[in-house]
Amino acid sequence: MLKVLLSRLGQAALVMLVVSAVSFVMFRYVGDPVATMSRENASVEEKAELRRSLGLDQPLIVQYGRFLGRTLRGDLGISYRNQRPVTELIAERLPATLELVLVATILSLALGIPLGVLCALKPDGAAARLVQALSLVGISTPTFVTGIVLILVFAVSLGWLPSFGRGQVIDLGWWSTGLLTASGLKSLLLPGITLALYQLTLIMRLVRAEMIDVLSSDYIRFAKARGLPKRYIHFRLALRNALMPVITVTGLQIGSLIAFAIVTETVFQWPGMGLLFIQAVSFVDIPVMAAYLLFVGLLFVLINTVVDILYAVVDPRLRARSA
Amino acid sequence: MNAQQPPVLAIEGLRVEYPLANGTVFTAVENASLVIRPGEIHALVGESGAGKTTIGNTVMGLLEKPGRIAAGTIHIDGRKFDPAKGSAEGVVLGRDVGAVFQDPMTSLNPLFTIESQLTEAMRFHLKLDNAQARARALELLQAVGIPEPQRRLKAYPHQLSGGQRQRVVIAAALSCGPKLVVADEPTTALDVSVQAQILKLLRDLADQRGIGILLVTHNMGVVAQIADRVTIMHRGQVVETGTTEEVLRRPKAVYARALIGAVPRIDARLDRFPVLGEEGKGRAEQARTELRARAERSTQTADDTPILSVENLCVDYNTSGWLPGSKGHRFRAVDGVSFSVRRGEVFGLVGESGCGKTTIANVVSGLVRPTSGQVLYRGRSIAGEGAVRRIGPLRQAIQMIFQDPYSSLNGRMRIGSILSEPILFYRLAGSKAEAESDVARLIEAVGLDAEAAQRFPHAFSGGQRQRLSIARALGARPKLIVCDEPTSSLDVSVQAQILNLLKDLRDATGLTLLLISHDLAVVRQMCDRVAVMRQGNLLEQANAETLFERPQHPYTQELLSLVPTLDRIRGETRAA
Repeated sequence: MLKVLLSRLGQAALVMLVVSAVSFVMFRYVGDPVATMSRENASVEEKAELRRSLGLDQPLIVQYGRFLGRTLRGDLGISYRNQRPVTELIAERLPATLELVLVATILSLALGIPLGVLCALKPDGAAARLVQALSLVGISTPTFVTGIVLILVFAVSLGWLPSFGRGQVIDLGWWSTGLLTASGLKSLLLPGITLALYQLTLIMRLVRAEMIDVLSSDYIRFAKARGLPKRYIHFRLALRNALMPVITVTGLQIGSLIAFAIVTETVFQWPGMGLLFIQAVSFVDIPVMAAYLLFVGLLFVLINTVVDILYAVVDPRLRARSA
Repeated sequence: MNAQQPPVLAIEGLRVEYPLANGTVFTAVENASLVIRPGEIHALVGESGAGKTTIGNTVMGLLEKPGRIAAGTIHIDGRKFDPAKGSAEGVVLGRDVGAVFQDPMTSLNPLFTIESQLTEAMRFHLKLDNAQARARALELLQAVGIPEPQRRLKAYPHQLSGGQRQRVVIAAALSCGPKLVVADEPTTALDVSVQAQILKLLRDLADQRGIGILLVTHNMGVVAQIADRVTIMHRGQVVETGTTEEVLRRPKAVYARALIGAVPRIDARLDRFPVLGEEGKGRAEQARTELRARAERSTQTADDTPILSVENLCVDYNTSGWLPGSKGHRFRAVDGVSFSVRRGEVFGLVGESGCGKTTIANVVSGLVRPTSGQVLYRGRSIAGEGAVRRIGPLRQAIQMIFQDPYSSLNGRMRIGSILSEPILFYRLAGSKAEAESDVARLIEAVGLDAEAAQRFPHAFSGGQRQRLSIARALGARPKLIVCDEPTSSLDVSVQAQILNLLKDLRDATGLTLLLISHDLAVVRQMCDRVAVMRQGNLLEQANAETLFERPQHPYTQELLSLVPTLDRIRGETRAA
């Protein structure tokens, strides 16, 4: 078990090394930082001086080593545009994105699981057919379209909900939350739904497929033969088996929700990390882009490692096999 | 014996139909009647598709849609079964009717503890609280003979062996004191020794608790051992019914006689397996003759040069430990086994599950590497020390037939492509057309229609698929076939045809077979020499006749005594 754990961590470290190399290379090839930083009429000596003070005259491998050292100490450089440490910028934006993702995940699980079960239990019912058809629409509509339609209906026409921003936030130490104010909650609703929609359909379809599979298994037939009540069979016995793969998928999806909230955040001008990244791209703010890349890479590696380990914990059979 | 007591199950004139998509109706069961009294075990026998499981499911109210009861009545414990509700008035499934299924590996939910699965029915049906239910679960586990029941309650199904799981399933079926138990192939997935224990348990339950048992099975030996009465079914019809002794000793119906005759005998060796109905229609026979003619003709069918020798073979399976570099747990699956197989011989490897026989098959076919020792094919090492790489002719010479015909054929390839693959790969045909005619001949040789080449595996039954995997193995024109339980998933009649085919090929072409089986009757009929294994060790090897007539090792003697056979019929032993 520990061996498995260590090899997983080793693999994770290796992946992060590759990601850091990619983000380091970005500094080298996405334009010359000296050219962007120095005055237009700077002399060659001034530029060389700047180059030396930035350490850019050293061999590549030394520069990469220094970059790694700085990164490990948590120093990701200073944003060209804001002239503030990138770490600080990310820490400031992180709560907004995480809250959005949290709401989206809860929404998609809370709706996706019951709908999936409904579709599995009564596959020919009118409700199940309607849900199936809608899920097809949900899975094939691009996020920005959903977002814009929602804004049009609920913000512009009906005027019930705000169309952009986080509303009023409360600071709890370094964490700023919108979950405690009415306007914060209202602001969360539209982007939350927009972000949740794709994941909701995914979970619904997964639960449906798994549930249909489980319901035809021998142990469910045996449960029926023991005369157990239907509700008990469906919701306590079968659902638990059907949820096993949902754990994996949800875990992996949280990663992509955080990383790819970009579109939703742009549509709703949500002050999260995605928006930070998009702004960095338009201003060629390389330190921010590189840090974002590192952060997303770290996130995926972490989530994958945790899911691998969790799986062994949840399923008693896997526990025995790896022990 | 309880002729006066009212029956726990009475079926009269039952007809079960499945409406088909094209508007016609498939009748799964036609005009079936049977009566089970308390304490009686009634066996329902027949080949796959005979409708015996349909009857079992109907009684339990588990008939799959769109199946429906079209005619007839069912009374459970004197109460009429209502087809609309799927149960009888006042009879609760799980409380009054218990169920035992075929595969103990899949009938328990892997994510819940034994305790949870045993007690849930009692909590719902008998309204017991948790403590009462647990106490009763303990009693039940003791009653079905599970050691350390206290500890087992907290266990998960995967921590129990197959036999123990089946005991748990039986305990669950008994938990609410049923009057009737429907047992669908309760011992088919188990080893002989475990089977003997489970059968005894079922018999005791009937005798001591007066439970009526409907035993659905295809195994005549099991029927002979524990059933009081037998009903034989064929294509949805009851062909014969009566006491076990009457039916097995003096069957009246032609089909019943043929079915009982086709059961492989363990007491004497016959030249061929008796076959139900006419064997090999013209085309199949012709195709087999052609196959024989094509194969390399040898003057001696069996000579003394070993074609395969296994020398001091050891195989360890390692499980990794907690720390990198730590040894972890090592399991020795095969422990210093040596034997040799002569050319043209059928060599049997028998033993219960976990004895290492399949591991040996995997080493011989090159799927598993031995830890030490070696395997020689015609004097050349093919596994273990100094093994040559298996290329071309060597791979072609050794083919394998796997146990499970459902997973050994690729579901996305047409039969034609599956069968022509080895032929084209080993360049045994000059052209595609030639390969196609080879495939057609192979399909006919295993008794199927040549147009099967156009279809996908799912269009065939288990028996047909197994015949196709045999055809695939034959397509490579091998010298040695490793058969791992080749017929354990087949009905007796199909089993007889396939074993006869393998025998014929052996006689005609000098094909050598390494037959791995737990079915001792089949082994006796097929094999020239037999080796018995237990826990990775080879206990005894001898000529088949010697081994079956005068087994030396106590374990072999025990195994042989446990096989349910037609010689020992329950009614008769009682009278004696």
